[in-house]
Amino acid sequence: MAHAALPGICIAFLLYGQKSLLVFLIGAACSGYIATVCIQFIVKHTRIKEDAAIGIVLSVFFGLGIVLLTWINQHEGGNQSGINDFLFGKAASLTGSDVNVLTVTAVTMIITILVFFKEFKIITFDRAFAQGIGVPVSLLNGVLMFLIVSVVVIGLQAVGVVLMSALLITPALAARYWTEKLEWMTLLAGVFGALSGLAGAYMSLITYVPTGPLVIIFATALFLFSFLFAPKRGLCSKIIRRHVERKKLRVKQLMYERGEQL
Amino acid sequence: MNPLVVEQVTVAYDRQLVLEDVSFSVPEGKLVGIIGPNGAGKSTLMKAMLNFIPRMHGNVFVYGKPYEKQRHLVGYVPQRNSVDWDFPTNALDVVLMGRYGHIGLWKRPRKEDVDIAMQCLDKVGMLPYAKRQISQLSGGQQQRVFLARALAQDASVYFMDEPFVGVDAATEKAIVQLLNELKMRGKTVLVVHHDLQTVRDYFDYVLLLNKRVVAFGETESVFTYDHIQKTYGGKVTFLSSTHIVG
Amino acid sequence: MSYTIWILLTATLVGINCGLVGTFLVLRKMSMLSDAISHSVLLGIVGAYMVSHQLQGVSMLIGALLVGLLTTFLVQLLHQKGVQSDAAIGVVFTCLFAIGVVLISLFADRVHLDVEHALMGEIAFVPWDVLEVCGQSIGPKAIWLLGFVLAINIFVIVFAYKELKISSFDREMAITLGIPVVLIHYVLMGMLSLTTVASFDSVGAILVVAMLIVPSATAYLWTDRLSVMLICSATIGVLASAIGYMGATAFNVSISGAIAVSTGVIFFVSLWIAPKSGLLWKWIKKSPA
Repeated sequence: MAHAALPGICIAFLLYGQKSLLVFLIGAACSGYIATVCIQFIVKHTRIKEDAAIGIVLSVFFGLGIVLLTWINQHEGGNQSGINDFLFGKAASLTGSDVNVLTVTAVTMIITILVFFKEFKIITFDRAFAQGIGVPVSLLNGVLMFLIVSVVVIGLQAVGVVLMSALLITPALAARYWTEKLEWMTLLAGVFGALSGLAGAYMSLITYVPTGPLVIIFATALFLFSFLFAPKRGLCSKIIRRHVERKKLRVKQLMYERGEQL
Repeated sequence: MNPLVVEQVTVAYDRQLVLEDVSFSVPEGKLVGIIGPNGAGKSTLMKAMLNFIPRMHGNVFVYGKPYEKQRHLVGYVPQRNSVDWDFPTNALDVVLMGRYGHIGLWKRPRKEDVDIAMQCLDKVGMLPYAKRQISQLSGGQQQRVFLARALAQDASVYFMDEPFVGVDAATEKAIVQLLNELKMRGKTVLVVHHDLQTVRDYFDYVLLLNKRVVAFGETESVFTYDHIQKTYGGKVTFLSSTHIVG
Repeated sequence: MSYTIWILLTATLVGINCGLVGTFLVLRKMSMLSDAISHSVLLGIVGAYMVSHQLQGVSMLIGALLVGLLTTFLVQLLHQKGVQSDAAIGVVFTCLFAIGVVLISLFADRVHLDVEHALMGEIAFVPWDVLEVCGQSIGPKAIWLLGFVLAINIFVIVFAYKELKISSFDREMAITLGIPVVLIHYVLMGMLSLTTVASFDSVGAILVVAMLIVPSATAYLWTDRLSVMLICSATIGVLASAIGYMGATAFNVSISGAIAVSTGVIFFVSLWIAPKSGLLWKWIKKSPA
């Protein structure tokens, strides 16, 4: 997703002529949408499977983005540093106004999710059913996609293009281990994301290492901890449970055999 | 010595037991139907016997030795939808895969292997389609290719997972013919099956399964109304009893 | 030999290597794993540098191989323990990549690698980084590295063709035949790691993904035979390299980016005109003449 946004951002930059979050956002949303359509088209009309279709579209889009980027660097001159930082992420280069934008996005995100929570839940879980009971699936899907694209575009400048997807996935995956309810999972994922961001930024201040990777490492650590030690779904509790189960079975068998002998 | 002996096989997914204490022993040259409702663990049993999924407990013996040592004696026909039929290969190539066990690791197929594969295709009536890309075959034809592959394997014990699902009448007939031919040649065949009406016609033995073995033995004596009802939990009342008794 | 020819030769070798390995990735539905490994080998390269204090071919290959296999192993492990496979891939490679980036920035003053370079590659520098034996230049290092990896790839594919084929088509059947499917999986991932790292320095992580998947998927549209698909996919890789390079010099843009775009163009054209599966023929057939 983050990869597919690149050509859109570049074209937006070429057309508009300077760095502007809103314009970039529109460009990214457009190329993200085109990429999704391409992927669906390939899967529907050829024997190529989804994973390869995604790979094709994303890598070609990214290649196109790189081509445009080098074109911009060569032909538009002075503005290059702005767009480069944007792509590879430098939290330290964020300015006060960027922080404002991030804050506004975060608040909008929370409000939208609160408002549409029930609807998002049903279209994610059972699309066909949602359609059947008259939920405007494609509209809501569009809203959800738009949310994702905006997060990606805005997050890019903080953590860079590669690590963006990790920040989307890892905290949510970690949250899944602690709860069976989507409400809690969403909340926990947000908290985990915030925690890793905070810890990563703090470490970055101390060690002078880029923020993005540190944030990801913290997020992964949180995931690993959840994966191993979460109650019920964690690996450790699973192993313990299996052990208990086996013991029960053995006792049962033993009793069965004795019963036969008697 | 019995070709297949299964002892106390128990399988669990996470915390749920899907198969409990399954034991049975099949004499040579018999066609065995594995029958049971959805979720009874029919396919699971087959996969557990072949070590695709770990057994929590229990052993499988093929001609007196553990299965792991007798792999070459066992042929497997998976469910048709378990592979991607868009794979770039033709019918003959798929049948040739049955010979891989005989060819040996890292070696190339020889002329004899190709000949055997052609003969096997001929036996299932698929010779004209030998060079056809596999996605261009109908469901029944694909199933026949799979059977030809099993034939080419020249095993002693065969496991077939739902070979009759979604095939046309001609293929069904071809499969039955093939099963009987295998039986004539002293092979033992286990078939996961779900069409109760044909059980009596197709199989010598049945294994009625619902997490545990409900009954196992010769079809005549075991495939009774009582046993079936016990297996399916009363869900078969709509079946006229003539099919089962008659 | 002239500058242009070295670059074209490099791109050609990348095309062949990626085409061969990519075919199996596409058929095994493991395209995502190529994305993952292409990123996580960065850690291998940095690790190799920290141990051997040089960015030489062999230590880099070993480092990448180890990290590539580690990635495969971790993904497998998480997947077995109930994590969805694409999520497992996402977590593992981003984490390894992040560790790689942190290490680079800690040793930044001593390593000439930077993240941008790793992502986009710099094929234009290839001809100047030559390998010298006894004071004599015997061609760019990248060519030797790619040639060596190509030899390994061809050897494995010829030697284990039958095994690769059956374990890609019908894994369960392969297991019952006693074919070591797990070993084959790891061998393939090893080949992927080697191919990636050899291509990495000249073309970057993103182009590697494009070169691995797009030509193979295009070849998949053209043929119904695995052996033909392998050759076809390598040829398309070479073709895309040539077109991409010419386009890049004409417009003075990133060579690796241009090659990725030209793979996309070839794919797009094939989508319509490939025999049998081409959409153009299907549409003509559908509309009444």
